[in-house]
Amino acid sequence: MALLQISEPGQSAAPHQRKLAVGIDLGTTNSLVATQRSGETCTLPDAAGQHLLPSVVRYLDDQIVVGETAKLQASHDPVNTIVSVKRFLGRSLADIQGVYANLPYQFSDSASPMMEVVSGVVNPVQVSAEILLSLKARAEQTLGDELSGVVVTVPAYFDDGQRQSTKDAVELAGLKLLRLLNEPTAAAIAYGLDSGQEGLIAVYDLGGGTFDISILRLSKGVFEVLATGGDSALGGDDFDALLVEHIREETALTGPLSKSLHRTLLDKAKIAKENLSHESVSSVEFTDDQGHQQAVMISINRFEALIQPLMKNTLRACRRALKDAGLEKQQIAEVVMVGGSTRTPYVCQQVGEFFETSPLTSIDPDRVVAMGAAIQADILVGNKPDTDILLLDVLPLSLGIETMGGLTEKVIHRNTTIPIAKAQEFTTFKDGQPAMMVHVVQGERELVADCRSLAKFSLQGIPPMAAGAAHIRVTFQVDADGLLNVSAMEKSTGVKAQIQVKPSYGLADSEIALMLQASMQYAEQDMQARMLKEQQVEASRVLENLQAALSIDGHTLLGEAEKHTIEQALGHLKLLAAGDDKEAIKAAISKVDEASQDFAQKRMDSSIRQAFSGQSVDRI
Amino acid sequence: MNYFELFNIKVAFELDLASLAQTYQKLQRLTHPDKFASGSEQQKLLAVQKNAQINDAYSLLKAPLSRAEYLLALRGMDLQHEQHTIKDTAFLMQQMQWREQLAEVQEQADPLHELELLEDEISQHIKHDLIQLEALLAIETEEADQQAANFIRKLKFLYKMCKEIDLKQDTLSDF
Repeated sequence: MALLQISEPGQSAAPHQRKLAVGIDLGTTNSLVATQRSGETCTLPDAAGQHLLPSVVRYLDDQIVVGETAKLQASHDPVNTIVSVKRFLGRSLADIQGVYANLPYQFSDSASPMMEVVSGVVNPVQVSAEILLSLKARAEQTLGDELSGVVVTVPAYFDDGQRQSTKDAVELAGLKLLRLLNEPTAAAIAYGLDSGQEGLIAVYDLGGGTFDISILRLSKGVFEVLATGGDSALGGDDFDALLVEHIREETALTGPLSKSLHRTLLDKAKIAKENLSHESVSSVEFTDDQGHQQAVMISINRFEALIQPLMKNTLRACRRALKDAGLEKQQIAEVVMVGGSTRTPYVCQQVGEFFETSPLTSIDPDRVVAMGAAIQADILVGNKPDTDILLLDVLPLSLGIETMGGLTEKVIHRNTTIPIAKAQEFTTFKDGQPAMMVHVVQGERELVADCRSLAKFSLQGIPPMAAGAAHIRVTFQVDADGLLNVSAMEKSTGVKAQIQVKPSYGLADSEIALMLQASMQYAEQDMQARMLKEQQVEASRVLENLQAALSIDGHTLLGEAEKHTIEQALGHLKLLAAGDDKEAIKAAISKVDEASQDFAQKRMDSSIRQAFSGQSVDRI
Repeated sequence: MNYFELFNIKVAFELDLASLAQTYQKLQRLTHPDKFASGSEQQKLLAVQKNAQINDAYSLLKAPLSRAEYLLALRGMDLQHEQHTIKDTAFLMQQMQWREQLAEVQEQADPLHELELLEDEISQHIKHDLIQLEALLAIETEEADQQAANFIRKLKFLYKMCKEIDLKQDTLSDF
């Protein structure tokens, strides 16, 4: 975290002091970190000059190894080497084992995926945090200072549980999250800025474990996502798995394989796949569990036939996204290719045929997402106050709640632009029913059982009423990161319940706090210092922003008394902000917020009025 | 402030979609939470709320059916929570005929082509009804509003029918 810059409130700090911000592509197979330096966007290499960090984490007795070194050991030490952990984020163990048979890990006996490694038990959030920590160290070493904030990318098709788990991993790694950004949107920014183009574009993103298709409209710096679709469990890893299956058939390897042979076969299949990008045939040689030498030749035709059904699935998703956007494929001006798996020539060819245009591949498909994220991070951290760029994202999957008979009632439909808030009313179905269970689900299907369960909470204390007399209003609020908050209220009595939706198979806030404390870098003292610093940063933000606001609009929008109350609260905060009592600072911020609530609202409304009357709109 | 006022346009069914889109971009630039990334928590929260309202307003105003329904709601006629049955026999017969056509489309020689024909036919009806609806909503009398409400109820059926055709197309096409 950057050192707190405290300036006399009202006189803002040196205006163009750059803050360090990076974009991180937390990928299934590889991860990257990128930043903007002197106007250029670049990914940052490690000491050995490698830009890609394999998303592999190996746990040893006394240390944790991330990246290439860990990857090299994956087949020798499969149980302790976690590969492609992104597939497990926000998922239940049953889900994971349903999709990926033959995983080499020792899962604990629990509903959420906990992996037993030599040094203890780890969950996917912790494993992801290790990857982030490794990139953080790389960035801070290269850039020579602490990071002020990061933008981390997620597949557009990630549901709430997967997004929340990603956010938790960022927090666990001690990074300040500026925004979760959808990978295709990030790619579009990277391309859009280079060519300054306008019009409709499609981003086809086939990574190691996920597939996304997004349709965007670019207009005067606004990137508006019109529709998105995909499959969060389809990617290049599936190509490898199909090849392994094929190899087993060819060599009559029936029955269970040893974990290390399975890993070896996956590694060799990946190499064969890469060879087939530029050769017409590739051979795979290995020693089986009985010690026999085996060899299989795979032709490009055979490989294409194997992956053809998967390609078809991706193109079906493209068609659906076009339809959702209300467009014909001929209207798409450009197709952007993202993700390492688009290096397979057959993928490019099929996508090109579908959209009837040759896809854009001028930016390295492995790096383009991290680069777009870096551009957005630079903007969000405040380095480009005059930028025109604005990203309008959509909700990828409909949100709803369970109603009678296990059916889903949709409250917010997929492809709705976010942030969004919607409310729906429900009623009780029994006389005197004292409580109501709210089950929040995400997905398109009608049956709750076919959707993903996000959370369950209950609204207690409904006074005795006849069936159907209680009016329970459930409000869904989705923020710009695509994260959901749900609240419920009985209207006649005002009984309320509110939850931050936490994934059914993720971590509770308390667990994250515990893990933060437990990790070596945040001993109790550090934790306290960090929390104090966070409060001080927020205090300085409040002071700076409000002082500026008062000097601009105070005289027009506020009465004397109101202005006085705010100034008094501000003065109080200013006194406390210099001290080290974090609770007192927090309380003083709340006081200021309360006193200035109306003023903030009035300013927002007045900025909108001014925009319509054609006056200057650049002061907010 | 109602949604028409929020977008600074007159409270009427007729509107210019291109200028609505321009206003939307303008409002987005003023209220999107990313514009407040370095602001205080209070500013961020306020931005999320205002921006959510603008997104909701835009999606409601740009679609003719929801815009008409909203306009009637402003005039005191709530169609969203009503339990109303359509008694227009001719309309109901037409519905049944379309549904049968849809159900039997698989047995046709070229089902996708049949679906396109059906879709075109329904689109014609929608277009026709929207023109009627626009004229009725402009009159602004109780009676005209009642008639407009009937068109909205029928249009809901037609849009639903289009959605079902879409789904059918998905299941029938190879991809």
